[in-house]
Amino acid sequence: MQRNVFSFIWRFSRLEQIYVLFLTVASFPFLYYSLELPKLIVNEAIQPNQEAGAVFSLAGFEFEQIPYLFILSGIFLALVFVNGGFKYYINVYRGRLGERMLRRLRYELYLRVLRFRLPRFKRMSQGEIIPMITQEVEPVGGFVGDAFALPAFQGGTLLVYLVFIFMQDPILGAAAIAFYPLQAYLIPKLQYHVNQLGKRRVRAVRQLSDKVGETVAGTGEVLAHDTANYHLADYTHRLGEIYDIRYEIFRRKFFIKFLNNFINQITPFFFYSIGGYLVIQGDLSFGALVAVLAAYKDLSGPWRELLNYYQRTEDIRIKYDQVVQQFQPEDIMPEEQIHEDRPLTDPLPAEITLSNVTFAEDDAVPSVDGINLTLNTHAHVAVLGGSGSGKEELTMLLARLLVPSSGRLSVGGQDMSELPASIVGRAIAYVGPSAHMFTDSLRANLYYGLKHRPLKDPVLDEAEQAVRRRQLADALSAGNSSFDIGADWIDYEAAGATGPEDLQARALEILTLVELDDDVYRMGLNGTVDPTANEALADRILKARLSMRGRLEANEGTMSSLVELYEQDRYNDSATVAENVLFGTPVGHVFSLDGLADNSYMQQVLEKASLTEDFVEMGGKVAATMLELFADLPPGHEFFEQFSFISSEELPEFQPLVARIEREGTAKLRPEDRRRLMALPFKLIPSRHRLGLIDPPLQERLLAARRMFAADLPAEWREAVEFFDPAKYNTASSLLDNILFGKIRYGQSGIGDKVQAMVAEVVAELDLRDDIVAIGLDRSVGVAGARLSTIQRQKLALGRALLKQPDLLILNQATGALDGSSQVRVHAELRRRFQGRGLVWAPHRPGLADGFDDVLVMAGGKIAQRGSFAVLAGQEGGALATLLESE
Amino acid sequence: MSILEEVDLLKKIPLFANIETSKLKLLAFTSERVTYAPAETVFEQDEIGQEAHIIMSGEAEVIVTTPTGPLTVATVKKNDFVGEIAILCDVPRTATIRAKSELTTLCISKDLFFRMITEFPQMAVEIMRVLAQRLEKTTKVLAQAEQELRAARGDA
Repeated sequence: MQRNVFSFIWRFSRLEQIYVLFLTVASFPFLYYSLELPKLIVNEAIQPNQEAGAVFSLAGFEFEQIPYLFILSGIFLALVFVNGGFKYYINVYRGRLGERMLRRLRYELYLRVLRFRLPRFKRMSQGEIIPMITQEVEPVGGFVGDAFALPAFQGGTLLVYLVFIFMQDPILGAAAIAFYPLQAYLIPKLQYHVNQLGKRRVRAVRQLSDKVGETVAGTGEVLAHDTANYHLADYTHRLGEIYDIRYEIFRRKFFIKFLNNFINQITPFFFYSIGGYLVIQGDLSFGALVAVLAAYKDLSGPWRELLNYYQRTEDIRIKYDQVVQQFQPEDIMPEEQIHEDRPLTDPLPAEITLSNVTFAEDDAVPSVDGINLTLNTHAHVAVLGGSGSGKEELTMLLARLLVPSSGRLSVGGQDMSELPASIVGRAIAYVGPSAHMFTDSLRANLYYGLKHRPLKDPVLDEAEQAVRRRQLADALSAGNSSFDIGADWIDYEAAGATGPEDLQARALEILTLVELDDDVYRMGLNGTVDPTANEALADRILKARLSMRGRLEANEGTMSSLVELYEQDRYNDSATVAENVLFGTPVGHVFSLDGLADNSYMQQVLEKASLTEDFVEMGGKVAATMLELFADLPPGHEFFEQFSFISSEELPEFQPLVARIEREGTAKLRPEDRRRLMALPFKLIPSRHRLGLIDPPLQERLLAARRMFAADLPAEWREAVEFFDPAKYNTASSLLDNILFGKIRYGQSGIGDKVQAMVAEVVAELDLRDDIVAIGLDRSVGVAGARLSTIQRQKLALGRALLKQPDLLILNQATGALDGSSQVRVHAELRRRFQGRGLVWAPHRPGLADGFDDVLVMAGGKIAQRGSFAVLAGQEGGALATLLESE
Repeated sequence: MSILEEVDLLKKIPLFANIETSKLKLLAFTSERVTYAPAETVFEQDEIGQEAHIIMSGEAEVIVTTPTGPLTVATVKKNDFVGEIAILCDVPRTATIRAKSELTTLCISKDLFFRMITEFPQMAVEIMRVLAQRLEKTTKVLAQAEQELRAARGDA
């Protein structure tokens, strides 16, 4: 990577730079002429007392005064267009050039992040890297277009003026530039300090963002230990530091400007004194002095521009240096290793040989110390050792996540560190103790290990193809990747599958193996399906609904009370009043629970069903009860969240309302208060809240409202509610709700489990389980997998490694989070599946290696013992025996 | 059954006799009413307990696991309070409760229970009284058992 911003710009945009320069120069005559022309118009064309018949010549033609004026004005107008056009074109061109270079720079930096060796990230945090790539390089983009053209243009202009002055009078010329040496000496000196400060500022801001990142990651610890104030103080200190630096920077920057202006203003002093003297002596004409003064005034424009440019250049130079420095570690992975696409066609060579392999970070004690070893890549090896024994580093070396500090690690005679990632990353799979999940669906995370290269171009229509071609051309001109993110990247073949469906079947099988299928099944039940995309499944869900209903009815007496089904003509005691009136699921916010009382159509319906007064009254009663129950609780008590209809902040506002109702009834309430009260009954679930407010006659009227609501629903809101229809799949509800088609009743012990068991029976009967798991696969895992538990993440990581069918699977404490019994099952199944393939296993407990014929016991970075588990465990006082004892 | 009826029921339980109606309402509102079918288990011995139950209707058996097998040691009925030991002193359930007939209980969460007894000392005193009575009864039974044991040894 270019160490200097100018060589970076020159290396990747010299042709464009020359073109910009050429354009700038080419625009100059027009600009100059457009300044000349007004003089011509004023001095010649508009002179009122010209003799009649006077002719003016222009480019060899002769004109009378009036046509001459209009022609000149026309030329002026044309020049305005030409100048504007030049400016517009150059600006757009420069802007695009800048963007392209910025894009290239950001791409290069990101590529370097991908090429960093893992230990680098112990010294460099995310909080530092992100601002570097995002903001710190941003100004470089704006600078690129100016880098060469601006100094050339302004310098040229300056030169022209200077030549003009010298031609008028050499002495005055000398006077005009007398201070330039001083400025040339002084300004860089002053600027040097500013530069140093600039560097400090960059570092300080970087540390600041690092701290913010750290706080975000550690919020839990901050809360748990009451250290918020400590962090605030630290943050304040850092802000103070940045404040001081920035203050110092602009103080000095403005001082440079001040000095520059001051010196520039002093020069006229010489013109007046020396020039005036010369004029009086008769050595210089008065006109020449005036011309020189005018020229000098013009001089200050370009000079100021140049100074600005100089300061800006210095700023950019520092930023670039500061960023690039961080991205130039010595031990960076060669670029070809990422780009080279040379996967292994044959199975992995049978032997991995380590000769004198040492791994040490910086100057620390080597964690792997001169190991000589030959491993069979088709057999199973367990690597054991206490913490700090080097077993982790050894597994990571084998996966080439680390490279030896010295010594050689070769596979089939080839140096492992020279193999392209396309071999190592496909033939070998590594799962560590805490694998990362990407913010995407479960499926995307599971298939992640299959996305090496785009394999099938997306199907695009004519217009999309054109867009893609343009994007590709732009990407290439900025040195970016030519691969299409919209393509199908999944290597089905590597997973032993023929296509998407087949791969899903494989994925389900693996989910079962790592015992994640139940979890995904539950996620699937709570997921939604788009019936237009998956008609067959929606139909089968409807069958499941029927079967469920059959079961509920068959168990009449004992079971029918489990679920209260939605029935068009019956009030549902286990659902909210809102659900009962809507008799459907709201889509979007129009009929959402919180805004239902404010919805004009709902108000109409209630009015028509003459329920308005009932709602206000019920609202009053609910509010009174809530006040009675919760008024004494401290605000923010968890009961509000769990039980109250009214939040703790709003509760006091209901106090006067309730008092007023007690005094004079609901009739005299203000309309907004009435609406407020009306919102409350919508949330009532009679069988849960047991407030005894919804009696049978009222139920009948609510049913009437339900009918009216559906009958007169305006067309524009037809999409805002999805009605319950026993024969129709409800798009807005989850799979589970679609199967149940009703509400689980309140107040029976273990009812949730009973219903789940019944659903499971139905699912098994209709063979729906795989489909539901597939729906579950499309659920998002949350930011970095936050919606999954540690166990689920570990299982998913294991599944991801298994799906790509590696020749060699390396597990580094990869099952530690699993519970005991599933560990035993998963381990046994893994060993069975990898019969004849390589498995290097560093389990989290040494006892788990029982049954391995080849066990390496590590201690202090060396191999202490090697042999079969049974034999080594039997050697009393041996390394393995000691490990097992301390287990 | 509405909350008001529940409150009336609660008032009849000595434990809650002296407590304000509004607090009983809160108790009723925030507690779940749970129905058990005959022979269904309310909770199992040695589980970690998170709630206590007040029996609103029906009867239940208190069963303790002994080396010789399960042993029914008592029957609880309407207005009885069960499961408070596990949430009072954070020990696993000391016995299994199984419904004898159709059983309805008011299930009070640990958190709510502690709130109630810290806020209403009379309730704490009441609980203390109930527990003391039980202790007294247990001591008596223990003394009797020891006597019998000694007598049996003496005979041997």
